[in-house]
Amino acid sequence: MTTTGGDAVRLRPPNNRLDGRAVRWWRTQWLLVFLGPVAVLAVLGALIAPARSWLLPPAGALAVLGAAGTVLFPRWWYGFHRWEVTEDAVYVRTGWLWQEWRIAPMSRIQTVDTVRGPLQQAFGLATVTVTTASARGAVRIAGLDHGLAADLAERLTRITRDTPGDAT
Amino acid sequence: MTAPHPGDGLGDTPRLDTGPPGAPAGGTGPAPRPGAGGGDLTVPVSEPGPVAGAEPGPDGWLRLHPRAVLLATLVTAGVAAGAGFPVLLGLAGAGWAGHGSGRLLGLALLPAGFALAVASGAVAGRVRWNRTRYRIGPERAELHSGILLVKRRSLARERIRTVDLVAPPLLRVLGLVKVRIGTGEHTGGGESTLELMPVGRAEGERLRALLLDRDRGPAPAGHPDGTLAALDPRWIRYAPVSFLAPVLGGAAAGGVMQVSEWFGAQSEVIDWVGERFRDTPVLWMVLALAAIALLTGVVGALGLWVEMWWNYRLDREPGGTLRVRRGLFTARSLSLEERRLRGVELVEPLGARLCGAARVDAVATGIAEDDEDKHADHKTLLPVAPRAVADQVAARVLREAVPPTGALLTAHPPAARARRVRWALGAALIPVAVLALLGALLTDVLLYVAGGCAVVLVPVALLLARDGYRSLGHGLTGDYLVVRHGSVRRSTVALRREGVIGWVVKQSWFQRRAGLVTLTATTAAGSGAYHAFDAGTGEGLEFAAGAVPGLLEPFLEPGPGAGTSG
Repeated sequence: MTTTGGDAVRLRPPNNRLDGRAVRWWRTQWLLVFLGPVAVLAVLGALIAPARSWLLPPAGALAVLGAAGTVLFPRWWYGFHRWEVTEDAVYVRTGWLWQEWRIAPMSRIQTVDTVRGPLQQAFGLATVTVTTASARGAVRIAGLDHGLAADLAERLTRITRDTPGDAT
Repeated sequence: MTAPHPGDGLGDTPRLDTGPPGAPAGGTGPAPRPGAGGGDLTVPVSEPGPVAGAEPGPDGWLRLHPRAVLLATLVTAGVAAGAGFPVLLGLAGAGWAGHGSGRLLGLALLPAGFALAVASGAVAGRVRWNRTRYRIGPERAELHSGILLVKRRSLARERIRTVDLVAPPLLRVLGLVKVRIGTGEHTGGGESTLELMPVGRAEGERLRALLLDRDRGPAPAGHPDGTLAALDPRWIRYAPVSFLAPVLGGAAAGGVMQVSEWFGAQSEVIDWVGERFRDTPVLWMVLALAAIALLTGVVGALGLWVEMWWNYRLDREPGGTLRVRRGLFTARSLSLEERRLRGVELVEPLGARLCGAARVDAVATGIAEDDEDKHADHKTLLPVAPRAVADQVAARVLREAVPPTGALLTAHPPAARARRVRWALGAALIPVAVLALLGALLTDVLLYVAGGCAVVLVPVALLLARDGYRSLGHGLTGDYLVVRHGSVRRSTVALRREGVIGWVVKQSWFQRRAGLVTLTATTAAGSGAYHAFDAGTGEGLEFAAGAVPGLLEPFLEPGPGAGTSG
């Protein structure tokens, strides 16, 4: 890995990790995504004898890919995804191959939402979405413990309310 | 059509801060203004106070202009005529083929159907006029409309950000305008806009002044109100180099084919064209046809430019409103509250840039991007004009002495150029490779085509890559953050630093290896995010941190190098 040295600064990682259950949540998502096509291909292969040689190998390949992704990616993501809320800003690091750091200043936050999908509910997780006046500036922290998420949302709402300014 | 003369645009009514807005519009409309108008046109309002003249109707409710009924009738008649004409032609054609009685019946029914359509249009227009009311109260602007279902909509006056007047030719002949009142919010779909269609021209002006007039503080010194830019007819020379010309040319050619197909004469047209070029080689024929199409496109682009930009003027009005007025047949008046302005974007499409010209767009909050009527033009403050003029207008709009868009920018590392060259080669060589593969499998002709493509595409792609790299730049100048990118459409954005409401830093695996990073300033204005693509990691982060003091610094740490392997 080559780097051009001599950079004076870089972004430091945010302080907090996501909840450990996020790994299982991501794994379930991956499994569900891959299970559908694999099952369809396998069932069709089992039913249609002449096309078996065309259907089963892709099903196998997809199954292997899905399994590998399920094992590896969530672990890598968990290592990289971090978040932090200071008095002045919300700071989130996401991605792995495509890394992304998002910073939204507290004074510009407009809404704080907590969302729990069915899978997240099953794992006791929640997503906190912080939006600013920019259509492209939303900051999402996905995979927090739902109690922590509720507290965080409340705290963010309180800080935002106390911060003057029209957020644009 | 009305003879265009410079004084025949919108907004030539007396200025509302100096004279009564209800005064007749000085013969600007060819149609004489009738005295009977339900009284709503001639509401005597001596000053644009908080409450509209309460005289018309109970509780200050106003109606649309009574000529709305006439307008609806005319529009229906136009549509009916447009629909009836092909039928008439078809019947006439059938008549030549010799079906007697059915044809006569059809010809008799046609005027009856036409009359019925026009009459129902008139009735619908009348009912609509009867049921549409609006009121500008001290707190809210309200509109009640709907024929079957009463639709009530209201906007808080303090949230109203735009009042645009548009007068297409028909409305203009009738002395009417369409008024569009917007809060400039993206949320809630179309619910953030009230459209009054139509009201009298003077009433439109009155509404505009009334709704946009608020807490006018003392204007910053050194930048007086008045005209910031006016049309220079010589700018028309940039119209043919726009991308519009080839598009219009292609559309014209396609249109000829389509229309001839409707009349079943497509093969005749093709034969006729073939006949003209019987003695010339195919290549010449293709070139000549392309030239004709392009010429048509150029003429179309010139015509469109004249229609769009005739009578163009950019004014700063007291109270901090920028107002663009333009249009030959369709007169438009677009207002932009200066408070919403976060910066400007200098856009240089390739053709214009080669001629040393640029366009100025506003970067402002609450310009509806998804406005179906006229999306891109809504934010244009200056049509394509010489670069120096564009810079100057940008500076005037921003109340700056030195144009931020002309600032010297930091170039990006050479690794950014290498990335662009790789992309360009990939984009050029993939079609070549596909063609070559097919050629090897199928026919030798494709191999020659592949060779030709390679000879043409690769240099073009490399030129664009190099140019794209040279366009990259970012910098801070005064109160502004400036980012520039793009080759075919080079865009230089000068964004007010206080308008930056967050940062997004992105780095792909390839960028990480090359020590590059893409910085995105998010903002409430314009497209919502402006990018500095492929800046050097450390230098770029320092730029981002410097642009908005205190936002990024707490999250920076001294780095040993660019690589941060996750």
